[in-house]
Amino acid sequence: MDVELLSRIQFAFTISFHYLYPPLSIGLGVLLVIIEAAWLRTRDPMYHQMARYWTRIFALTFSMGVATGIVMEFEFGTNWATYSRYVGDVFGSALAAEGIFAFFLESGFLAVLLFGWDKVSPRWHFFSTCMVCFGAHFSAIWIVVANSWQQTPAGFHVVEHLGQARAEITDFWAMVFNPSSMDRLSHVLCGAWQAGAFLAISVSAWYLLRGRHEAFARASLRIALWMALAASALQVVTGHSSAVGVARNQPAKLAAFEGHYDTGAHAPIYLFGWVDERRERVVGGPRVLGGLSWLAHGRADAEVTGLRAFPREDRPPVALPFQAFHAMVGLGFVLLALSASAVALMHRDLLFQSRPMLWAMVFAVLGPQIANQAGWWAAEVGRQPWIVQGLLRTSEGLSRTVRAEAVLASLVLFTAVYALLFAVFVYLLNDKIQKGPHAGDLVPTGKLALPERGNA
Amino acid sequence: MSVALPDLNTMWFILVGVLFTGYAMLDGFDLGVGQLHLLARGDRERRIMLNAIGPVWDGNEVWLVTGGGALFAAFPEVYATVFSGFYIPFILLLVALIFRAVAIEFRSKQPMPWWRAMWDWSFFGGSLLSALLIGVAMGNIAWGMPLDDSGEFAGSFLGLLHPYALILGVTTVALFMMHGAIYVLMKTEGELHERARGWVNPCIIFFIICYATTTMATLIYVPHMTERVRQEPAFFLVALGNMLAIANIPREIHRGEDFRAFLSSCAAMVALMALFGLGMFPNLVRAVPDSANSLTVYTAASSQKTLGIMLNIALIGVPMVLAYSASIYWIFRGKVKLDEMSY
Repeated sequence: MDVELLSRIQFAFTISFHYLYPPLSIGLGVLLVIIEAAWLRTRDPMYHQMARYWTRIFALTFSMGVATGIVMEFEFGTNWATYSRYVGDVFGSALAAEGIFAFFLESGFLAVLLFGWDKVSPRWHFFSTCMVCFGAHFSAIWIVVANSWQQTPAGFHVVEHLGQARAEITDFWAMVFNPSSMDRLSHVLCGAWQAGAFLAISVSAWYLLRGRHEAFARASLRIALWMALAASALQVVTGHSSAVGVARNQPAKLAAFEGHYDTGAHAPIYLFGWVDERRERVVGGPRVLGGLSWLAHGRADAEVTGLRAFPREDRPPVALPFQAFHAMVGLGFVLLALSASAVALMHRDLLFQSRPMLWAMVFAVLGPQIANQAGWWAAEVGRQPWIVQGLLRTSEGLSRTVRAEAVLASLVLFTAVYALLFAVFVYLLNDKIQKGPHAGDLVPTGKLALPERGNA
Repeated sequence: MSVALPDLNTMWFILVGVLFTGYAMLDGFDLGVGQLHLLARGDRERRIMLNAIGPVWDGNEVWLVTGGGALFAAFPEVYATVFSGFYIPFILLLVALIFRAVAIEFRSKQPMPWWRAMWDWSFFGGSLLSALLIGVAMGNIAWGMPLDDSGEFAGSFLGLLHPYALILGVTTVALFMMHGAIYVLMKTEGELHERARGWVNPCIIFFIICYATTTMATLIYVPHMTERVRQEPAFFLVALGNMLAIANIPREIHRGEDFRAFLSSCAAMVALMALFGLGMFPNLVRAVPDSANSLTVYTAASSQKTLGIMLNIALIGVPMVLAYSASIYWIFRGKVKLDEMSY
């Protein structure tokens, strides 16, 4: 295999593995803020127990995110050195801002969140939890800004430096608010909230099915279900506006999402299907004529650019983005339907007895995870053959001095290490779930036990 | 007499240096604690060692992440050349840092002795290898890297393991080990504290031997690293300060002033990094054999506009980082006590 393919596989593998965890941290972060706020307001020890329990789960996902996150920063330099020379002026700035503004905030206050229960007052602890949650969101902002610049570059010009072209910032805010960054950021954050909420839903539903920690599980489920419903509903909105943006800014990618080859009006969308890339058409699957035109441009008779409008060397692969995109959209609607019906059942006090629904919610934890992965694969493979849309090809971004054997060796090493980490993570997560919340956490200790309002 | 502000390129050379110095001072003691971890006896002592760094190691590693990000943004040519040139060592560094991180998190989650032994060794191995590789990378930067006329690395992996780089690697291990031992002294009490007192002197002696060897090797074989000090005798004060700071460490330890010993160790690190920076400037990577191919703060930098924007970001961000880092250290001051949330 050549160095380009190996480097792409390695980056895809390491970032996909990493991306199992940050969405959980972001989503659980929001959940922790809600729970701790409820505890501060009501002083119900149940919320204290919940905050403690979900903090333990949060700590596990957070540490996996930290451990696997530094890898990508290094890979830009180790595997994609020419890309780094080209984009350092722009992309590097966003990455450095992420370190300064987000990572320090997150990791600093994480210490108080995890270990400060008995050392600081409840309000101070709540503040720290908010800062960790805020920091996690901030890190999403900067990395999505950086990635969006690769999709829709703005606020830069290309100049020659040391005999090679490179992009330099001309307008920092135009770079930050490039045409796709806000749509994609809101879409990513909703996906992260769903990931966190559905993990809490899954664990709580499982406790209810097993008849364990029922009061705890009901309280957690209530909060998480509302959060899941809000995020899933918003996700449809952000997903739509992201797709409209893709139609406007990256028409080849949109065409790949729907296997749309011929430019024309009344472009169809497929509910599912199979792309025959050789014959350049979609096989089978129910379709809605004019659906793509309507969704992308607001009119069923609007013209949608097809893949044949692009020179062959500028077209992305089609089959993978098509399937990944459809999986993501399909799962998005399944999750919305699931959370909406669960909330409706909960309203009628039927949810906690409905075993099929509880089982569905146990497995729903996989939904946001698969949809998040599929969405990123669609977005990144759909941008090919470009590493920076329209400016730099992926094949031109490689390190010139790194050979295939070295990349193969590192890929094998990462695969082995990550397989071990994943096994340990699942084992520990399962162990924490099996053990359940600590009964002792119903009694706050240390500074938390002190009456703050002077009425105890 | 008026003092002109240095240009943006120089300021970023200093700022990247400050970030990596912060990393050495802070994560240095984490890596040192990891290297000493297996010397602690029994499960309780090892948990105390882990929890001494428990609340802070993660934030300390962010100094490396941000230093790397700043290098990427300010000097992308250096970032690209060095990271692709050091491909294998940096992948190993990543794996070492991953094992270090997850070992801390995972170790105390299960009671089985084999489980704890496995993560104890991961913690030790990850910490030792990280320190060694960071030192070897520094050694290569100081020695000079084989670069071609387009600024790309033209050497081999084995070529990176020359004696001077290895000496710097071992010196870094010794420096972090001494730093970590002093940190353990500050954070512990009772039996473990007394045992750690026994580790400190051998660590100091080990470091001083390495330090003397590195200094001699640098003076004899890497004269360009000392040229600026020769030209500008005022800079000799930095070298003098470095020696005094190191000499002060055993003195404070002897008097039982562990915190002041720790500050001296930090001061020694600052002075060492300052000497390193003085030796390198204006080069970021000195090219061998043809030094005309060197990457300097002027040839390897991002545009002036970006350096200016980034400086604003740093001026806003760094004071905030320092303020809440300081408050975190303040909250977790004092000796380690194990509780329910501890590792």
